[in-house]
Amino acid sequence: MDARVTLTVDGSRRELTVDTRTTLLDLLRDRLGAMAPKKGCDHGQCGACTVLIDGRRATTCLAFAVAHDGATVTTAQGLSNGAELHPVQQDFLDHDAFQCGYCTPGQICSAVGMIEEARAGHPSHVTRDLTGPVVLDDEEIRERMSGNLCRCGAYVNIVAAIRDVILKETPP
Amino acid sequence: MTDLLEPRAIGRPLERIEGRDKVRGLAPYAYEHPVSDPLYLHPVQATIARGRVVAIDTGGVAFPGVVAILTHENAPRLASDENRELWVLQSDEVHYRGQFVAAVIAETPEIAREAAGQVRVEYEQQAHDAELRPDRPDLVRPDKVNPSFDTDTQEGDVEAALATAAVRIDQTYTTPMEHNNPMEPHATIALWADDRLVLWDSTQSAHGVRKTMAAVCGLDPAQVRVISPHVGGGFGSKGTAHPHNALACLAALAVPGQPVKFALSRQQMFVVAGYRTPTVQRIRLGADADGRLTALAHDVVEQTSKVKEFAEQTAVASRIMYAAPNRRTSHRLAVLDVPVPSWMRAPGETPGMFAAEVALDELAVACGLDPIELRIRNDPESDPESGRPWSGRNLVGCLKEGARRFGWDVRDPKPGLRRLGDWLVGTGVASSTYPCYVFPGSKATIQYGTDQRYVVRIGAADIGTGAWTALTQIAADALGCPVEAVRLEIGDSDLPMATVAGGSSGISSWGSAIVAAATAFRERHGTDPGPGAREDAEITQPPASRTHALHSFGAQFAEVHVHADTGEIRVPRMLGVFSAGRIINPRTARSQFIGGMTMGLSMALHEESVMDARFGHVINHDLAGYHIAVNADVKDIDAVWLDEHDPHSNPMGSRGIGEIGIVGAAAAIANAVWHATGIRVRDLPITPDKVLS
Repeated sequence: MDARVTLTVDGSRRELTVDTRTTLLDLLRDRLGAMAPKKGCDHGQCGACTVLIDGRRATTCLAFAVAHDGATVTTAQGLSNGAELHPVQQDFLDHDAFQCGYCTPGQICSAVGMIEEARAGHPSHVTRDLTGPVVLDDEEIRERMSGNLCRCGAYVNIVAAIRDVILKETPP
Repeated sequence: MTDLLEPRAIGRPLERIEGRDKVRGLAPYAYEHPVSDPLYLHPVQATIARGRVVAIDTGGVAFPGVVAILTHENAPRLASDENRELWVLQSDEVHYRGQFVAAVIAETPEIAREAAGQVRVEYEQQAHDAELRPDRPDLVRPDKVNPSFDTDTQEGDVEAALATAAVRIDQTYTTPMEHNNPMEPHATIALWADDRLVLWDSTQSAHGVRKTMAAVCGLDPAQVRVISPHVGGGFGSKGTAHPHNALACLAALAVPGQPVKFALSRQQMFVVAGYRTPTVQRIRLGADADGRLTALAHDVVEQTSKVKEFAEQTAVASRIMYAAPNRRTSHRLAVLDVPVPSWMRAPGETPGMFAAEVALDELAVACGLDPIELRIRNDPESDPESGRPWSGRNLVGCLKEGARRFGWDVRDPKPGLRRLGDWLVGTGVASSTYPCYVFPGSKATIQYGTDQRYVVRIGAADIGTGAWTALTQIAADALGCPVEAVRLEIGDSDLPMATVAGGSSGISSWGSAIVAAATAFRERHGTDPGPGAREDAEITQPPASRTHALHSFGAQFAEVHVHADTGEIRVPRMLGVFSAGRIINPRTARSQFIGGMTMGLSMALHEESVMDARFGHVINHDLAGYHIAVNADVKDIDAVWLDEHDPHSNPMGSRGIGEIGIVGAAAAIANAVWHATGIRVRDLPITPDKVLS
């Protein structure tokens, strides 16, 4: 069975007919050629396919495309402005927060979404004070980034990169 | 022996050349290369572990969008069954559960998958055997162990030395089946057109896959091209062609002119992409009262597959690590109806050094010696196996530097004493080692372009190692030019021959070819070449010394917290100190070292592929069931290295660093768990149940 969907992907409006079994990830990769989100497990277990859907991070392998008609999708490619990198991308580069790079676009989208979640006051498993503003210390970063696997083992540098982004954004 | 390059670009922490593309998701991995009107393949896998396919019913599959269904009855014939693992869809035999027995090619991935699910396969099932036990009477002695080491070694009289030793250790250690699980699943796009087979492949060796698949398909290697500019990790599993490569080639041959895309699912990777064999290792140590080793025996039982032999060199590191005058090592195989084991990051050294370095810790305890002091007392002056001098063995330097940085001197050796709230605290140490391989056969071409840049071509691979950047630095120093004046091309078998990105040999082997080409270029064209000036060079004889023993060494330190009530194990701190020759790029090198250590932490605490021998398959075959370390598992992991160069390894003075970071890491953690709890865990992974018992 097919269905029409309209999506805005990295700023471009895209209208297409999809098999209703098509995941948002496969739509992005196989139909639109948007290869920044990666397929690592297809089961929501690795986070490589993470993008921002209407500003919130989500694993696109667990999303049916047809269920996201009208959504705005931002991939790691769309976070940058051409050659101009998003601050999170720049800090990943500066801290060598990746090796093979396959989990990286998902890590970066996840970090962008995660920083917004903290700003909005969403607690995590390790948040001690559930009433006040969330402070993204290393423990919080590690906990909130644990849905994104990295087999090359770049976690130490990923945390350093995100810590740096947060420091730069925090007014002195 | 070699004229060493003067390091100018080498030694600088250059940013990854391809980094800006990777953070934006623009670097194309195998599946992502744009091709027009691709078809999609989905395989059908055997549901028995041994037997024959007697009937395949594809009657229910003929719905719109299905282009072809391949079975052993209609698939194109392959030319060579020399590698039986790659003899895909050529016979009715089933050698392991999950083997490819059919495949659907369709216009969309959804249709291919649905159709594959509708193929009905009937089997004649035979009794299978998938259980590794060390007491099996039918264990086999392989002719060699990977890649070409002697299976057994014997020096002196181990039994006599053990009988008279003042202190003895006799223990058995086990490591489980583990899967490489690179984040990028193995993928191939295959296109057969104009008598040429093009594979966009996720591989550590474009030239290796070209050679293998040309032979399997009965083609001239010149007819096959393999393209792989970016590879999403491999850790050995992408070092050789696997059955999915053969299946993708068959599909391409079946639908000429149309590209076929085939990405393995994570679950399929647990069957056809190789794995680390489980091991059962008996280690016996004898020492005098001062802790000086008199005997060392390391006897290994592991598994291989009936369809193709792979014998891991698990005990090989024990041949060179310590100065025991009486030594023996052996490897025996259980030959089973299981998928084929293969390379996984430091095959041999990783499981072997887990066992050996925990045994050393047990010996230190038995002798009442500090484990670092024990290792220093047994540090051999020359290679115990070959008798050759070391090109640079600085294990003692690593241990001492690590001890200083880690704060080892304040350590109370007694176990189970320290508490931090509900947590028991301990620290541990272990040695690591990895040989320095330089493989023959790599070739590089250098051409001066009209843009006043040097184009350096070699069919090498960057699987996350930083090869794009490190090779550019080497080329710049070899040519005596700035890095900006070098444009590197790698990841394509149309480029000059390059050996595999494996055995931590890449930079040593490819870098040597680049240096040779640069030297030849300058000799012929001078320092002011005209546009189009070109020279190439091949490394037929590796520059590595034959007079010295070339090995890297390291010391791994770990702090472990074990929850007194739940047995939960945390690793708040790890430090690695390595002696690995000259470091080409400190930024990417540190990432490789800490990445290896992180994988070692993962091995220590999480990783275990659980084989259900009744059915012959891995039951936890995904990333929810097969745990790898996540961000929250890792706190402070750091790696440093001794400032040195190896005058005997290659013109860069470097040794490979891709694998040594994992070696010994799990042993350091296991030794720290003992120090925290007093419980000696000899079976990986170290799970809470093992420290509560």
